[in-house]
Amino acid sequence: MVHLFLLFTFYFCPDYLALLLFPFDLIMLSEQSLQRIEELKKRYPSPRAVVLEALWMWQDEHGWISQEGMKEVGRLVGIPPHEVLGIVTFYTMYNTKPVGRHKLEVCTNVSCMLRNSEKIVKHLQNTLNIKVGETTTDNRFTLVEAECLGACGYAPMLQCGDEYYENLDEAKVDKILSELK
Amino acid sequence: MEPMILPNIHDYHKIDVYESHGGYQMLRKALGMKPEEVTDEVKKSSLRGRGGACFPTGLKWTFMPKVTTKPKYLCINGDESEPGTFKDRQIFEVNPHLMIEGIIIAAYAMGIKTCYLYIRGEYNKWIKMVQKAVDDAYAKGYIGENILGSGFTTNLYLHRGAGAYICGEESALMNSLEGDRGYPRIKPPFPAQFGLWGCPTTINNVETISNVPLILNMGWEAYSKIGHPKHPGPILVGISGHVNKPGVFEVPTGVLITDLIYKYAGGVPGDKKIKAIIPGGSSTHIMRGETIDGVTMDADGLKAGGSSVGTAGLIVMDEDTDLIKVITRITKFYYHESCGQCTPCREGTGWMFKMLKRFENYEARLEDIDLLLDVANNIEGNTICALGDAAAWPVQSMIKRFRDEFEKRCMKPAESGQEVLVK
Repeated sequence: MVHLFLLFTFYFCPDYLALLLFPFDLIMLSEQSLQRIEELKKRYPSPRAVVLEALWMWQDEHGWISQEGMKEVGRLVGIPPHEVLGIVTFYTMYNTKPVGRHKLEVCTNVSCMLRNSEKIVKHLQNTLNIKVGETTTDNRFTLVEAECLGACGYAPMLQCGDEYYENLDEAKVDKILSELK
Repeated sequence: MEPMILPNIHDYHKIDVYESHGGYQMLRKALGMKPEEVTDEVKKSSLRGRGGACFPTGLKWTFMPKVTTKPKYLCINGDESEPGTFKDRQIFEVNPHLMIEGIIIAAYAMGIKTCYLYIRGEYNKWIKMVQKAVDDAYAKGYIGENILGSGFTTNLYLHRGAGAYICGEESALMNSLEGDRGYPRIKPPFPAQFGLWGCPTTINNVETISNVPLILNMGWEAYSKIGHPKHPGPILVGISGHVNKPGVFEVPTGVLITDLIYKYAGGVPGDKKIKAIIPGGSSTHIMRGETIDGVTMDADGLKAGGSSVGTAGLIVMDEDTDLIKVITRITKFYYHESCGQCTPCREGTGWMFKMLKRFENYEARLEDIDLLLDVANNIEGNTICALGDAAAWPVQSMIKRFRDEFEKRCMKPAESGQEVLVK
């Protein structure tokens, strides 16, 4: 019975009813981020300009940007959620579905390709036993191919989080994988 | 030439070290001059933009209206995403204060109170480094209220992108900064009339703005004598691909491309011949290896060589390179990065990619070469921004200069009516 009630509230009721009944269930940004957003708004003539940074904060805190995230960010910067969806899907770095703890982005663009990035991708696929675009079952790694990341002189390379791993070979890749828990 | 943008000095990114080598002295000098004198100095130096279009920087600055009721903005483009280009990253890492000094001088010359530095989202590590440098400069009073007691006030804010090649295009960058999808705008109106939030805006590349303190330091006459007279100054060349020592090298413009490959980048591994080069990032025309002798790295030299200087991201390919694979990968990139506003680019890049995939898999027909060229010709010049051109040029030049490579990949109709592979 309780289950049915929950189902009813979340799927069939308008948002405000769910909000009244389950205010504790709302996922929010941390207090610190909310403050930061207010600070950032002062830098621009329109609060809308903060949207990219607010989405970054959401992604840093929750790992990916859900529909709730888009609604909340939209509310914070004063734009409707569908426009936030348009922005999230335009930029490649926002995750629109959950990813593993470590997102490995291997550059396969021209300079990296000339220096055998394909071998790195193959090695990663074999070692992790996943294909490009997939996540390992233990939710540790997600493997994706990326466009030029601006490390052409240090190819082949991969990015994980903020870190750039450059001049890769198979042994180096194994070492990186063992270090990322 | 002693490197000036990327000097080989330990800890140069720290403000104390930068100051001890004469850093921020040019800001003092500029603040003592009239704003018009600073613009004039840059104009006379014939500094040209390093972001790809080679537009004269001083001239760009003069487009900003002197009297206006609206606020004016300066936007620095650090969204380098062109395949083969990785120069701005070196400035962020090695010499961020030179860039910051250049930004404040430029803001002073144009009377701008708000500057934004847009850096691509992937460079978060470098954004943090630059933020530290900006904070240090604020603490020392080089940015902010009443800079060095001159009465001039300007603020510099960092803005992080989120992964879109198109945001390197100046009008797309402005839309992205305003918190929108990075769609390029139709020009005119140009940014100097109608830029960020409809206000006068100037957009300069990170490397361009880093040249400004150098001009003030040595004077326009000495600066314009460095390298090629029509495209003077030091230039950061990023060399990648099949070379022994890839990396970013600071050279005077007008240096020979063969010197760059053999002297600076240590030649080709295994002493192989060069089959082809891309001189200025993936969107410039590809050149045959035999034709690079005597071609110099500057706007005029590369124009004569049948290409362009672009962002000076030199990609070298040895004799064993599969060029069809290269052009397919480049086209896939533009297909992925097309923003989707203009039909020729959105659809055309996809068509080109599919056709090139057929060439890669030995499934194309001989007449597909001209069909591919036709698609490329119909993209070029028919789009809002230059991404369409950037996607068309590599394909056009590849067909023009390496038609034999395409022909080798075609199926040949056999007498039986069945089609068989040539190779």
